[in-house]
This record gives sequence, C-alpha cells and structure tokens, in this order.
Amino acid sequence: MRWMWIDTIVAYEPDRRLVAIKNVSLAEEHLHQHFAEGPDGPAQPVMPGSLMMEGMAQTAGILVGSVRRFAEKVILAKIQKAQIDADVTPGQCIRYDASIERIDGMGASTVGTIERLDHRSGQWERIGSTEIMFSHVDQNMSGLAFPDHNFVFSDSFRNILRSSGLGHLMA
Amino acid sequence: MTRDEIQKKVTDVLVDALGVDEEDVTPDASLTGKLGAESIDFLDIVFRLEKSFGVKIPQGELFPDNALSDPRYVQDGKLTADGLALLKERLPHVDTSSFAADPRLEKVAESFTVKSLVDFMERKLQPA
Repeated sequence: MRWMWIDTIVAYEPDRRLVAIKNVSLAEEHLHQHFAEGPDGPAQPVMPGSLMMEGMAQTAGILVGSVRRFAEKVILAKIQKAQIDADVTPGQCIRYDASIERIDGMGASTVGTIERLDHRSGQWERIGSTEIMFSHVDQNMSGLAFPDHNFVFSDSFRNILRSSGLGHLMA
Repeated sequence: MTRDEIQKKVTDVLVDALGVDEEDVTPDASLTGKLGAESIDFLDIVFRLEKSFGVKIPQGELFPDNALSDPRYVQDGKLTADGLALLKERLPHVDTSSFAADPRLEKVAESFTVKSLVDFMERKLQPA
C-alpha cells in the first residue's frame, strides 16, 4: 500500500513553509465507500476529512523533517486544532499550505491551511485550518526503543521529494 | 505583569493545550495527575507559554525532558542521586521534596503543578 496523501510539492521556503497538492480522483477506492449528502441532490463521494488531515500531516511533516535534512524521525504527536468547513469531491484539487511556528530539539509546532480548487471556476477556496505538533521521537523516547533507520521518511516520501525537484534536501 | 495576570494566562494555555475546564486548573492541580497531561503535552505547553508571554523558553528550562532518559540521572525508573541534584538545581520552580522521598519518575511528573508553572513564569518575567 502506498500511504501517500499528497501528490507533489509545489512550493518550498527552507525552514519555514511547504505547500503540497493532492488531486482527488474517482479512481480512488476509498471514495466509493464515503458519501455525503449535498443540499441539492443525492449523496456523492467526498474526500474523507481524516485523510485530508493525513495529507496535511504529511505536508507539515516533510517540512519539519527538511529542517534537519531528514536526520530526525518526525512523528505526528498531537493535532491541536483541525477544522474543515467544506467537502472535496472527485475532480477537485486540494492544496495543503504548512508553516513552522516553532521548532527545537524536541519537536515542532506547525500551522496550516487547506484549500480546494474547483476546475470549473478556476478558483482556490480556503476550506480548513490546522495546528499540528510533531515530535522528534529519538529525543522523546521515554525508555522506548525505536529502529535506527529512519522509518518515517520512507522511499515514498523520497520519491515525492525527488519528483518535486527537492531531492537535494536528502543529501 | 501581576501574579493574577500570569495565573490567568497560564490557565488559558492549559485549557487550550489539555482540553480541560478552567475550573479544574487550580494551583495545586498536577499536570499529569488531575489535568491528564501526557509527555507530548509538555512540549505543547512550552510552545504555548512562549507564544502567550512572548518569551523564549530554552529546552529543559521548564521541564527536565531529555535529562530523564539519561542513564546517569535515571536508573530502573528512579532518579539517581545525581539526577535528584540536577533537578533541584535546574528546576527551582518545582517542589522537589515529594520525589526526594520517592524518586520514581512518575512522582517527578506529578510534582509539576499549575503553581509551579506560574512560579516559573513569574521568575522568568522578572527583570534581570
């Protein structure tokens, strides 16, 4: 399984901000089991909010990891705030815009906005916001043992970085 | 800033960080005991205090965090003599008497109360 909920990175400001895109397609199996009834008609498949949170966590997590060149295992520690005000349907595009508020040896705090693009109007519309905290897990082990290799930033993440023109960050 | 104003800001931080009711944030309330804080919440609390008070709180200044995973200071889930001395020196805002008698790590966590956060911020905001 490819647990990637972003397709590509479209903007990167070192140590500060990262923006990723997710195209929502009817070919995605999960959409056929997740419906919401609209005000004007029958139920239609919508992107689950939980997976939008995962997409934002991946976006913000890559940003946090990039600060230390992916040497730290960056683990989602706490979703401090999550608000999604509108559905995203197949054919629309999601934009995750994440910024670091604070980072230190122990972890990082991020803020983000979620937008959707409807290709008919060509307009981006803000539909949500997040505050997500990450732990540098090797610094917060509390006696737990984790593998030495960085299991967080797997090949799937590395492929996205390379295809987005950011492969140099993994050096 | 008066102590009451500091208390109010600390209360707001804890309500936001831990999702607790304001009336539960009493001075003697333990962060891990009564208020249900977990380890990652301590990082959240530090970040929120910095934002709310406009100060920098260097790693380890408020909570002992990674010192507690150092085998010089903690063995078999208990503070060593060196660990106890380190915490006394580094954490003047915490009443160390409770875990001096019972040095289990959970006692250390329980000794962080709302009052210790207010004491810490009051000391932090004093002019040098």
